[in-house]
Amino acid sequence: MSLLTSYRLRLMRRRWLIRARRKGRELTPLADRTDQIGNRSILLFCTLRNEKPRLAYFLKYYRDLGVEHFIFVDNGSEDGSAEYLAEQPDTSVFRTEASYKASRFGMDWMNALLRRYAQDNWALTVDVDEFFLYPFCDTRPLRALTDWLDDAGVRSFGTILLDVYPRGPVNQRPCVEGQNPLEIASWFDSANYAISRNQRFRNLWIQGGPRARAFFADQPKAAPALNKIPLVKWQRGYAYVSSTHMLLPRGLNLTYDTIGGEKASGCLLHAKFLATLGDKAQEELARGEHYREGREYAAYARGLDDTTDLWTKWSERFINWRQLEIMGLMSKGNWA
Amino acid sequence: MSARLGFIMLVHTALDRAAQVARYLAEAGSPVVIHVDARTLPQAREALVSALKDLPDVRFCTRHRCDWGTWSLVAAMQSASELLLREFPGVERVYALSGACLPLRPVAELEAWLDRHPDTDFIESVNVGDVNWTKGGLSEERFTLHFPVGFKRNKWLFDRLVDAQRLLHVKRSIPDGVVPHIGSQWWCLTRETLERILQDPRRAQFDRYFRRVWIPDESYFQTLVRLHARKIESRSPTLGKFDHQGKPHVFYDDHLQLLRRSDCFMARKIWRGSDRLYAHFLAPRDGAPSAAEPQPSRIDRHFARATEQRIRGRAGLYMASRFPGLNRENGKTAEPYSVFQGFTEVFRDFEGWLGAVASCRVHGHLFARKKAEFAGREKFFAGGLSDSASLRDYNPRAFLTNLLWATRGERQCFQFGPADTQGKAYELLWFMSADSNAQISVITGAWAVPLYRSGRDVAQIRAEAARLQRIESDMIDILHSPHVRARIRIWTMAEFLENPAEALHALFDEIAPQSQSRLLQTPELVDLSGFGSFLQELRNQGMQPVLMGEFPTTPEAPDPSHRMK
Repeated sequence: MSLLTSYRLRLMRRRWLIRARRKGRELTPLADRTDQIGNRSILLFCTLRNEKPRLAYFLKYYRDLGVEHFIFVDNGSEDGSAEYLAEQPDTSVFRTEASYKASRFGMDWMNALLRRYAQDNWALTVDVDEFFLYPFCDTRPLRALTDWLDDAGVRSFGTILLDVYPRGPVNQRPCVEGQNPLEIASWFDSANYAISRNQRFRNLWIQGGPRARAFFADQPKAAPALNKIPLVKWQRGYAYVSSTHMLLPRGLNLTYDTIGGEKASGCLLHAKFLATLGDKAQEELARGEHYREGREYAAYARGLDDTTDLWTKWSERFINWRQLEIMGLMSKGNWA
Repeated sequence: MSARLGFIMLVHTALDRAAQVARYLAEAGSPVVIHVDARTLPQAREALVSALKDLPDVRFCTRHRCDWGTWSLVAAMQSASELLLREFPGVERVYALSGACLPLRPVAELEAWLDRHPDTDFIESVNVGDVNWTKGGLSEERFTLHFPVGFKRNKWLFDRLVDAQRLLHVKRSIPDGVVPHIGSQWWCLTRETLERILQDPRRAQFDRYFRRVWIPDESYFQTLVRLHARKIESRSPTLGKFDHQGKPHVFYDDHLQLLRRSDCFMARKIWRGSDRLYAHFLAPRDGAPSAAEPQPSRIDRHFARATEQRIRGRAGLYMASRFPGLNRENGKTAEPYSVFQGFTEVFRDFEGWLGAVASCRVHGHLFARKKAEFAGREKFFAGGLSDSASLRDYNPRAFLTNLLWATRGERQCFQFGPADTQGKAYELLWFMSADSNAQISVITGAWAVPLYRSGRDVAQIRAEAARLQRIESDMIDILHSPHVRARIRIWTMAEFLENPAEALHALFDEIAPQSQSRLLQTPELVDLSGFGSFLQELRNQGMQPVLMGEFPTTPEAPDPSHRMK
């Protein structure tokens, strides 16, 4: 039985990899600096569309953490995102006008590029509105974490996608280009996350947070998944299955302890709820290029008007990783 | 300066850091012999040699290919020690360190401290029969089985060879007079002891034996020192902390104060990117030399806590990297809590009374069908929990554990009952009854009171009464199961009403032990004067109400002494 499951998953993985190779042909390099990648560089992979206002801070944030090279897929931006990224000294940019949906929401492109450039390197796969936090990130660079994971023989590092939102109506506090979005979207829900285990892929399935309570109260099952495994020491045979929620081979999804202990883990602060989202939701809904027919964006577009306020008196204000660690949203594990 | 202390240094990566440390030691007047792993790239080694070529007392010894857990590491130490002892006849002590070690105090202070312990060998050396920290299951077998294949080279083959030898009862004989001891490979020995080990007439025999011992670098010197030393101080002079898997903890820039506080002379292992640590501890120091005794135990707690967190975790926490299987939780919930069933039914305003007399948060029926009744009937509660029934019922157990996690430090009390959401196959009650943090108090049959007080026609509510009774008897069965770990009290309604004050006092002593429960006024009971007749009416309709106990059919006013106490 389990042999059969393993075999099926292996076939599935092969299929995703072949598909990634095919979809990889849709990408045309706009700026190719991949020769900068060394044999132990820390890489970042990201797909985006029309995100220009967020880019300056995004690059700064991850450069400060210690990312050495950025690989972007620009999916038909019209706001100059691609050109802006192509000018940066430490990026490689690939363009495509092909369908985001047909590329399994960008994952085929990501898998293709990871396979091409990330072999044996630590790769962080995130969106432009996701900010990676790990234990001691204010005193230890990302390289300290990856060295520690290497020493422990750990290949993947798990996180929770923690939605952060502003206080007051979402549409009233615009984020200026280059500004830290966390200055505006600085609140989060500390303990309303429901977890179950996905037996097939062995990953955790985490749902909840402000999106579930504000937009999915009557259909909690459809609420977005918050489990993410963004940091992986990549090998050619690996593939992301659905967003960065889970990987194959499925051993990579075992980023949690099952007998009571805590493994080290981090948070991806998700600064989605900023002034631009209202327009973005309408636009994305019209494109219909998102997961489950953009059900998520449909819910936002319905629920999100000028008065939408995700804040409650129980919201917590983000301070630093230590606060999240104490609240149990991430863990130091045995990394002292 | 006469060099009384010499160092041997084993390096394989981060050679720039090794060069910094070697320079620091050599400039303090101590000779350093460096062993560079034969697998290190030639350019890296040449860079190291040229970085240190202005220092006449830094030497490089014969290189060996080093594999973790194999003889090669002992061979490297032997080569380095022999070179050091031969080339520097003034050296009286030899200190073994790795490329990831960092001196925390000046060499002069270390020398002075060693002078205060003449003829003493500092080497952790523990009889293998007495150790409990060997990881991976091998302790004595390290010395009695053959290990031709390195663990890191082929884990599978390594394990199979061990299994096969166990099956065949293979047992190597240990050389005469050798009592296996193990310990840290970072030691500081006197010239006399080290020379005796290296020049022992039986050395060839010992080397042959240890070549096939598992992890000989942790046992060769540690065992042989027992044959030759005059005085053994069984501890490593190098500060190092180990985690639950026996791997060393790594020190980073943010450990600076911790390392200073330890007063140790040397620490391992340091992350190569710790610029601040290297800059601070290798900087020239002024001020009088300190004679402080090393206190490695001062920083124990910090690392013991991390290990504890990795192994046991925080009770009641479910998160992205901690999701224990059923009954593997090390504590199902974060803190003690109280569950009341039937109390709001028999008392007027039980919630208000409890909230006023006990310092705890009193909720209504958290699992009520329509919505979660948070204290004050708020729409949201701690942690961002919503009162939406559908969100709660999507994963009721997570709802409960989240609530208890988010309110750590404040006791939570809530009402429960057969009319509430029970989860799939009573999963909530199974969970709570197996949780030692739960205090569950049940007045059985009290669910009939609201039906009675609704004034509805008995014929109409008969089905509802039967349903609630069926659910409650299932619940009682669960509370009587042998898996129960909660503190459980069950009364029938009739029993409870005989002396409600007594029952409440007993509960109260557990919820708020500091308050003087005997002095409290108990809350007012609801008017139950027609209740007996109501039950008879249910019987007349063909239902059999049993859970509430015996109530006389003719209305009888309850003893007033029970009502107010």
